[in-house]
Amino acid sequence: MKTVTMMINTQLSLTVNGRQYAIPAMPGETLAALLRRRLHLTGTKIACEESECGACTVLVDGEPVLSCMYPAERAEGKDVLTIEGLTAEFGRGLRKNKQAGQNGTKTDEVLHPLQEAFIEHGAVQCGFCIPGQIMTSYALLKRNPNPTQQDIRVALKDTLCRCAGYQTIENAILAAAESIQTGQPVKPPFIPDSIHAANVVGRSVRRPDAVEKVTGTAIYTDDLEFEGMLHAKVRRALVPHAFLKSLDISKAKALPGVVAVLTAKDIPAEHNHGLVVYDWPVMVDIGERVRYVGDALAIVAAETEAIAEQAVSLIEAEFDMQPVISNPVQARLEGVPQIHESGNQLKHIKVRKGDMEQGFAESEVVMEHTFHTPITDHAFLEPECSIAVPKPDGRMEVYVGSQIPYQDRTQVARVLGWPEERVRIVGQLMGGGFGGKEDIAGQIHAAMLANVTGRPVKLLFDRHESLMVHPKRHATQIRVKVGAKKDGRLVAVETELYGDTGAYASLGDKVMTRATTHSAGPYDIPHVRADCYAMYTDNPPAGAFRGFGVTQSAFAVESMMDMLAEKLGVEPVELRRMNALRVGSLTNTGQLLKESVGLTECIDKVEAEMQRLGVEKCGVNAGHIFEPHAVPGKPHLIHAWGFASAYKNTGLGGGAADISGADLELYDNGMLEVRSSAAELGQGLVTVMRMAVAEEMCVPPEQVRVLVMDTDLTPDGGPTTASRQTYVTGNASRYAAKTLRNAITAAMAEKYDVKPEQIRFENGCVHANGHSMDLGEAAREMKAMGQQPRALYEYEAPKTQALGTGGDMHFAFSFAAQAAEVEVNTLTGEVRVLRIVAANDVGTAVNPLGLQGQVEGGVMMGLGNCLTEEFIVENGYVVTDHLARYRIPGIMLTPEITSIIVEHPTSEGPYGAKGVGEVVSIPTTPAITNAIYHAVGVRFDRLPVDQEVIARALWERKQAGS
Amino acid sequence: MNLWQNYVRPASIAEAVEALKSGPGLAVPLAGGTDLLLDLEQGRHSPVQTVVDLSTVPEMRLLERREAYLFIGAALPLNQVVRNPLTAAYARALVEACDLVGGPQVRNVATLGGNVAHALPAADGTIALLALEAEAEIAGPTGVRRQPFGSLFVGPGKSSLKHGEEVLVGFYVRAYEGMPVASCFKRIMRPQGVALPIINLAVWLERDGRSIKDIHVAVGPGSSTPFRARAAEAALCGTPFNSAAMEAGLTALLDEVRFRSSARRASADYRRFLVESLFQDTLTTAWERAK
Repeated sequence: MKTVTMMINTQLSLTVNGRQYAIPAMPGETLAALLRRRLHLTGTKIACEESECGACTVLVDGEPVLSCMYPAERAEGKDVLTIEGLTAEFGRGLRKNKQAGQNGTKTDEVLHPLQEAFIEHGAVQCGFCIPGQIMTSYALLKRNPNPTQQDIRVALKDTLCRCAGYQTIENAILAAAESIQTGQPVKPPFIPDSIHAANVVGRSVRRPDAVEKVTGTAIYTDDLEFEGMLHAKVRRALVPHAFLKSLDISKAKALPGVVAVLTAKDIPAEHNHGLVVYDWPVMVDIGERVRYVGDALAIVAAETEAIAEQAVSLIEAEFDMQPVISNPVQARLEGVPQIHESGNQLKHIKVRKGDMEQGFAESEVVMEHTFHTPITDHAFLEPECSIAVPKPDGRMEVYVGSQIPYQDRTQVARVLGWPEERVRIVGQLMGGGFGGKEDIAGQIHAAMLANVTGRPVKLLFDRHESLMVHPKRHATQIRVKVGAKKDGRLVAVETELYGDTGAYASLGDKVMTRATTHSAGPYDIPHVRADCYAMYTDNPPAGAFRGFGVTQSAFAVESMMDMLAEKLGVEPVELRRMNALRVGSLTNTGQLLKESVGLTECIDKVEAEMQRLGVEKCGVNAGHIFEPHAVPGKPHLIHAWGFASAYKNTGLGGGAADISGADLELYDNGMLEVRSSAAELGQGLVTVMRMAVAEEMCVPPEQVRVLVMDTDLTPDGGPTTASRQTYVTGNASRYAAKTLRNAITAAMAEKYDVKPEQIRFENGCVHANGHSMDLGEAAREMKAMGQQPRALYEYEAPKTQALGTGGDMHFAFSFAAQAAEVEVNTLTGEVRVLRIVAANDVGTAVNPLGLQGQVEGGVMMGLGNCLTEEFIVENGYVVTDHLARYRIPGIMLTPEITSIIVEHPTSEGPYGAKGVGEVVSIPTTPAITNAIYHAVGVRFDRLPVDQEVIARALWERKQAGS
Repeated sequence: MNLWQNYVRPASIAEAVEALKSGPGLAVPLAGGTDLLLDLEQGRHSPVQTVVDLSTVPEMRLLERREAYLFIGAALPLNQVVRNPLTAAYARALVEACDLVGGPQVRNVATLGGNVAHALPAADGTIALLALEAEAEIAGPTGVRRQPFGSLFVGPGKSSLKHGEEVLVGFYVRAYEGMPVASCFKRIMRPQGVALPIINLAVWLERDGRSIKDIHVAVGPGSSTPFRARAAEAALCGTPFNSAAMEAGLTALLDEVRFRSSARRASADYRRFLVESLFQDTLTTAWERAK
C-alpha cells in the first residue's frame, strides 16, 4: 500500500474551457474560488455560498455542479466548462450576433443559441443569475435536446432568479432548443408593441448590457481586482440591544497579515450615516448603545479575506445587555426602554379626509379586522460589495453597486470629513437591488480603511452578513375598519398601522407614509382616517423594498374588500369596480385625479381574461367564477380564483423636489452617449434611456451608449426608488436629446442658411437644404463652428405637496388588478398558484420587452411574499440568517402569468409613461389569499400562508361535522 | 480559516480507511460534501485538518448486480442512482427518494452514503433504504462487514459508524426477480425556508394475488431514529388489500409512531394528519406497481 502522503497532491491539474492548467493546490479552496480568484473567470457568480441558488453552476465532466461547494481538488483531472467557455465551445462560426455591447465596441460576437435566446426573450435583467441559468440549461439541452416545460423546471429547480423572469427563461430555453434542432435563428417572443408606439419608443428593444451578461464578461463589483488590494471584514455586535462596555482589538491587530483595525475612535468626522435621519452609527463606541445584531463595532483590513475573518473573530467585546424591543406595538407601550434619544417613535403619520363619525353613521355595514405582515428580505442575488481605492491626488474612488450614488458620495464624504468632490462613486452593474441597496452597506467602512492604509480595500458581504445587516421590508400590524352601503359603496375607511422600522430610520418615515396614504386602497371614499406609528425596535432596520409599504397595506385592505363583498353578497370584482378611483376622483390625501387613471380598465380586462380562462380551461361555470371546484378524479384538489387591485405612486412626492439630470454627447463617429447617475439594478432603465435618445435623434437604439452611476462623469439622477426613473431620467434623457437636436438644427440652419424648420432628422442622418450628413459629420461640423455637440438637461418633475396640505401629493399613479387561480390540497393544506392574470396601467409601455420582465418578476416577488418568505427575528436575533432558511420562489412555483398592458398616458411622463416597478408586485399577495379563501374558506390575515393552518382548519371542520 | 488543510484522494477503500486513521490531525470522510462543507463553512462542524475524498475510490461509486442483490456504492452521486436502470427495476422507492434530494446540481455530487451517515430520522434516501430492508457495508481497520441497515442508527444524528475509523462502502438491496414486489416513496414539504421534509414515507411490499404477502413501512421523522412501522406491517401482512386493511394499518401506525413537533416545520398534530393520506397514497401506489 502506498503511504498516505502520496495521496495528498500539491499540484492540481485540470482543464477549464479547453485549456489545461497545472497550478498549486490550495488548502480549503472551492472550485468557484479557484475559477474566480486564480483563473480570473469571474463569469461564475457567487450569490449564496451555501448550495441554494445555482448562480455558481459550472459543468464538471459535462454535469452541472455548484462550484461554491465543490472542492477545487475534486476537479483534479476533470474537464470544467464555465460561461466563458460556452461561446468558444459552441463557436465554430455558427451565427453572428449583431448586438452592440454596452460600450459599443463589441460586435459580431458568436453566441450560443441559449445566450441569444436569453437576450431575445428578455430573460436577462440584472444578469447575476444568468451564467448559472445558462450553464444549467446547457447541460439540460445536452442531455435532452428537446425538453418539455416540465423538464426545464426540474432542471432549473434550484437555480434562482430574483428578477424572476422564470416564464421568460423557460420560453428562451424552448426557443434555443428549437433553434439548435432546426438550425434556424432563435424565434423571438410575441410581445405586442405599445398602442402609443413611435419609431423606437413603444417597441421591444434589447438591453444594452445583454451580451456581456450572457457571456460572463459583465463586471460586478466583486469581479474587480486592484493592485495591492486588501480585504475587509466587520466585527458585528451580534447582540440586539446593549451598551458596549469594552472592546479589545489587540489580538486582531497582532495577527500577521492584518494591516488595520479601526473602531469608532477612528472615525474622522461625522459618526452617523442615514438616508434621511443621520441616526445609524458608522461604528458603535464604548459606552454607546448597540441597537441590533448588525451594528458594527470594529473593521479590519488584511492581506487576505481569511486573515480578515480570523482577525474579526479575535476582537473581544463586552456588553451591558438591555431588554429587547422586538415589535412596534411593544415599542409604543409606556415604560419600555427608549432605543433612540428621540424616543421609540420615528413618526406618527396621519391621513384625514371627511368626517369619520358621519361616515360610519351613514354606513349600513361596518367591519373591522387586523392583519399582520412579517419582515421580508430583498434577497437580491448579488451580495453587497464595496471597493475603496485611494488615488494619488488624495481623492477616494468607491466602486459599488448602489441605488443612490450621489447619496453614497455625501455619506462617505461626511464621515471622512471631506468635501464631497473628493469622493467619487463609480457605480457598477448591480445584481438586483429592489430597494435593498439604497442604504450604506460597506461603502464608508471600505473608504475609512483605504484612507488609513493607503491601499485599495474590498469589503464583500457574504449572504449571512447581507441577511443580517441590510434594511428589510417593514413588518406591520394593520387594523382596517370599513363602512359601506348595502350595495357596496364605500363610505368610510379607518386604518391604524404599526410599522417596524427596526434599529434605524433608513427610509422608514417615507415607506410607512406610503403604506398609510395607500391603506384604504385605490378607491374613492368620502371619509378616510389613517394613523400610522413607525416605531424603532431592536430588529434589523427596515427601509425601501419594492412596493414601499403599499405591499403590506394592500394585503390588508384587499383582504378586507373580499370580506366585505362576502358579507354584502356583492361580487368581489363589482365591489372594486364600483368604488374604483377614476378621473375626477379625490384620493385619500385630497388629490384630484385629472388624468391617467386606468384602474377600471385594469379591473375589466383582468375580469374578462379570468372569465375566459375559467370557462375555457378551468371548468368554471360562467357567472360563478369565484366558486371552488374540484379537479375531476381528484376530489382533494380544489381550484378557485381570487382578485385584487392596487395603485402606487410614481416618484418621490410629498413635496420633495424630484429631479434627474442627463448629459448627452454626440461623438465624431456618430455615436451618442447619454449619462446619468440614475441606477441600473436590472430593471432596464438603461434601455429606456437609450430608447428615448434614439427616438428624439432618429437613430437606431444601438447608436446610443448609456453611462450610469458615476458621480464624476454623470449628473445626479437622484435615488432609484419609488418607480421614478423611467419618468424622471427617461424625461431627462428625452429633453437632453431634444436640446441637442435643437442645437444641431440651429447650427445646420446657420451653416446651410435655411430655416430651422427645414432641417430634418431621419434614419440617423440630418438633411439640410439638399445636404445629407450622418450625425458624426454634423458633430464635426458643429465643432468646426466652435460649438460642442453636447447637451445637459436637468429635468424636474411637476411639484407635489406634503401630506396633510391637500393638493397633489404625487404627480402620477400607476394602477393594477390581478387575478390568481390557486389549487389547494385538502389532504395536506398545500397551496399551488396555477395562474396569474395581471393588468397594469403603465401610461405607455416604453419597452414592452423590459416591461414583460418587470411584470413577471413583480408577480413572482408578490407570490414569494405570500407563500414562501418570512424573515424571522426572535428577540432581536436573526433566525433566517442563510438563504436556506429564507426561501425565495423558484421556477417550480411559477404560475402561468398573463400580462395585460393598459396604457392611460400621463401628460408629463416621457411619451406618457409612468412607474412600473412596484405596482406589478402589489396585488399578487391578496389575489392569492382571496383565492385560497374561495377554495377552502380559510382567511389568511397573517403572512406568509401556512399550509398547516389550512390543514388544521379543514381537519377541525371535519371533526365538527362528523 | 480554511475549511480544510489537507485534501486526500484515496484510490481504494483500504487507503481511505488508512487516511482517516493517519490524518494528519482530525480527518473526516468527504462524500458529496454538500452537507459537510456547509456545516464546516457555517461553523456547525468542528474544524477539520484533513478531508478524505471518497469520490476517488472506484468501488464506492459502483452500482451493480451482485448475485441476488444490487450493490449501490456509498459515494455514487444521487443522480446516478436515479438514472440507473437497475435501481429503476429493483429499488423504485430509492430512485424516488434520491430524485427529491436537493436540486439537480446538488444531486450530481451528493451521495447516498452522506445522506445515510448523518443519521437524520427523515433523510429521504435513508427512509427508502429502510423500507427496502437494505444492508450496509462498512469498512474499518479490521476489514469490511455487512450489517442490517436499521442497526446503523443509534440516536438522533448518531450512527453506529466508528468516528474517524469507519466509512460506509455501499448498500445491498435485494433484487427480486420475477416476483410481484414493488416499492414507493413519497414526501410532503413546505415552501418556506425548511430544507427537510415535513414527513416522508416509503413502502415495500410483496403481493400474493389480492393479499399483501409481506410489507415494510418506513416513516420519517417517526422517532428519534429512522423508523420502521412494525405494528402497521404486522397489521397488514397476510391481509387482503382493501380499505379495512388500510384502516387497520393506519391505526396501528398512528399508535406506534412518535411524531414530534419541530419549530417552523410541522407540529406533531399536523404530521398525524398528513400521514393518513400519505400512507394510503404510498401504499396504494406500491400495491399497484406490484402487479
